Amino acid sequence: MRFLLQRVAFYLFTAWAAITLNFFIPRLVPGDPVQSLISRNQGRISADAVQSLRVLFGLDKNENVWEQYLDYWRQLFHGDLGLSFTFFPTPVSTVIGDSLPWTVGLVGITTIVSFLLGTALGVGAGWRRGSWIDGLLPATTFLSSIPYFWLGLVAIALFAGPGSFFPSSGGYEPGLVPAFDQYFIPSAIQHSILPAATILVSSMSGWILSMRNMMVTVSSEDYITVAHAKGLSERRVALSYAARNALLPNVSGFALSLGFIVGGTLLVEIVFSYPGLGYQLFQAVGAKDYPLMQGIFLIITISVLVANLLADVAYLLLDPRTRKS
Amino acid sequence: MAISPSSIEQVIPGQGAMAQPSAAPGRAKRRRFRFLANAKAATGVVILAVYGLFAIIGQWVAPYDPDARSSDVLQAPSARHWFGTTHLGQDIFSQILVGARSVMVVGLIAGVLATILSILIGVTAGYLGGAADEGLSALSNVFLVIPALPLIIIVTSIVDQASDTLVALIIGCTSWAWGARVLRAQTLSLRRRDYVEAARATGERTGRIILFEILPNLTAIIASGFVGTVIFAVMSEITLAFIGISSISSWNWGTILFWAQGQQALAQGAWWWFVPAGLAIALLGTALALINFGIDEFVSPRLRSAGRTRIRTADGRTARMRVGFTPVLAPTRPVPAPREEVAP
Repeated sequence: MRFLLQRVAFYLFTAWAAITLNFFIPRLVPGDPVQSLISRNQGRISADAVQSLRVLFGLDKNENVWEQYLDYWRQLFHGDLGLSFTFFPTPVSTVIGDSLPWTVGLVGITTIVSFLLGTALGVGAGWRRGSWIDGLLPATTFLSSIPYFWLGLVAIALFAGPGSFFPSSGGYEPGLVPAFDQYFIPSAIQHSILPAATILVSSMSGWILSMRNMMVTVSSEDYITVAHAKGLSERRVALSYAARNALLPNVSGFALSLGFIVGGTLLVEIVFSYPGLGYQLFQAVGAKDYPLMQGIFLIITISVLVANLLADVAYLLLDPRTRKS
Repeated sequence: MAISPSSIEQVIPGQGAMAQPSAAPGRAKRRRFRFLANAKAATGVVILAVYGLFAIIGQWVAPYDPDARSSDVLQAPSARHWFGTTHLGQDIFSQILVGARSVMVVGLIAGVLATILSILIGVTAGYLGGAADEGLSALSNVFLVIPALPLIIIVTSIVDQASDTLVALIIGCTSWAWGARVLRAQTLSLRRRDYVEAARATGERTGRIILFEILPNLTAIIASGFVGTVIFAVMSEITLAFIGISSISSWNWGTILFWAQGQQALAQGAWWWFVPAGLAIALLGTALALINFGIDEFVSPRLRSAGRTRIRTADGRTARMRVGFTPVLAPTRPVPAPREEVAP
């Protein structure tokens, strides 16, 4: 329990650091982005909205930095992330709310599947060191060195196109209304196969390799020899003795590299014009939509923190030592 | 990019290949290149050397000016244009050659910066311990958990048309945390070694102990951290260029992909526009990853892919060799017990 509380405290601290970082980034923006927005949308911005944006960008000259900081927190607790420039006057929180389920669905599922599949293959490769799987390792290295987005481009060129089963962009058939019905769900799945496969291919090899190396290290431990000496079946030794112990560093590695993986998968969304956070971030960057960029960064960070916390809980369940005191 | 928990963490340097006492001077020469005896490392180093060469001379050997337009619009690869041309008739082969420099320079600067930061923070935290350790570890853990790429994208997009150097600095400042974490763990285990205690007892200054007693034993970890950061930096730079955030006036492989994507190269079937750049990136990443495997296996020989593990015995049966095992074959027929007696 103490372990979990420590982790929660750490994640709260990280969240605070990320939010503070997010507070300072827009203050580096040169010029007055709010003023230019106001002049673009003459008379169509309410005074409240202007005030909220001014707080966000720290342009309120009547306040010192500390008061601005408190104001920023007050806005956050009200769920107010400012107004999006591109989708003006939609609030950022609405834009993010629309795209978050897509990213969580695509990135979340593929990340977990890739971790499980890669770990399973790594167990095999590490246990039977010197078998044909070792020969595949250089190939997986090559695959993982390819940038995600490039693999996506190639996948589109090869598999998508006019008349192909795989659509090259979007998250569902245009004309459909997002709902849980028999038209929308198959269309959404059909649109997600290609991006998901791209992410799987390029992210899996990292797991294979780290699990293989841990298996090799573990399989020369004394307790493995003892397990063999007891006459346990090969399968039992490999899975319950070696793999179970080799899994622990991989789970903590999973937690730590989540940030990297999420960053990479956002790019796949850009290539496939998938309606998730990554594509939204891409559009926001193109339009210099600072409130939207910040909001997306904040949401991504917090999602990664939550995923980390879940990985820690998994670690707690797998490793009895952490439960001792 | 998934970062694999490096196997180096598990190895105690005092027992690894690194710590073997240097042999007689005559043999030292031969051992210096032992790292390259590893096939993976050698392949990686050779590929990297070719890239380095192109980064230096690419500007001069490029057959065309990468910006020069010509009437050969959107041509497939041919003898005149090895990798084909763009929608403006620019030679893609020349763009790739010229772009190599920017990629290598950004990777190098970001790698060096991140490595220096990780040494400063990781080793200091591990060696000093106490409150300094708590603070510095928390700092690196925070940087580790925050998704780096979105942060880099946002920071870079604030600067208009960021130059290569600036991109490298931003990447370097955000990607040191992994190295710092690994270095701290290793320093912690080195700190209480006898030779460090001895140095402390003879009154060496803390700075000298860290520089001359601890750092040399961290060489392998620092090297693999550096290579890992270079991979990440190259990928990030190319990503930034591909999204169109960093300066698009200078050539790198991301810029080529940016134009290819923007001009609908895919829809027009111009595969030559984006395939060479992607392969160049993947090959560079593979070379660096191979060097890292080489370092891992150099330090921890157990990780080498075993050669032949199936062995044929004299009586025609096969046995599979495994780490920590001596295969025992049940005798096919009763073997007479050896007659010799052991001398007392």
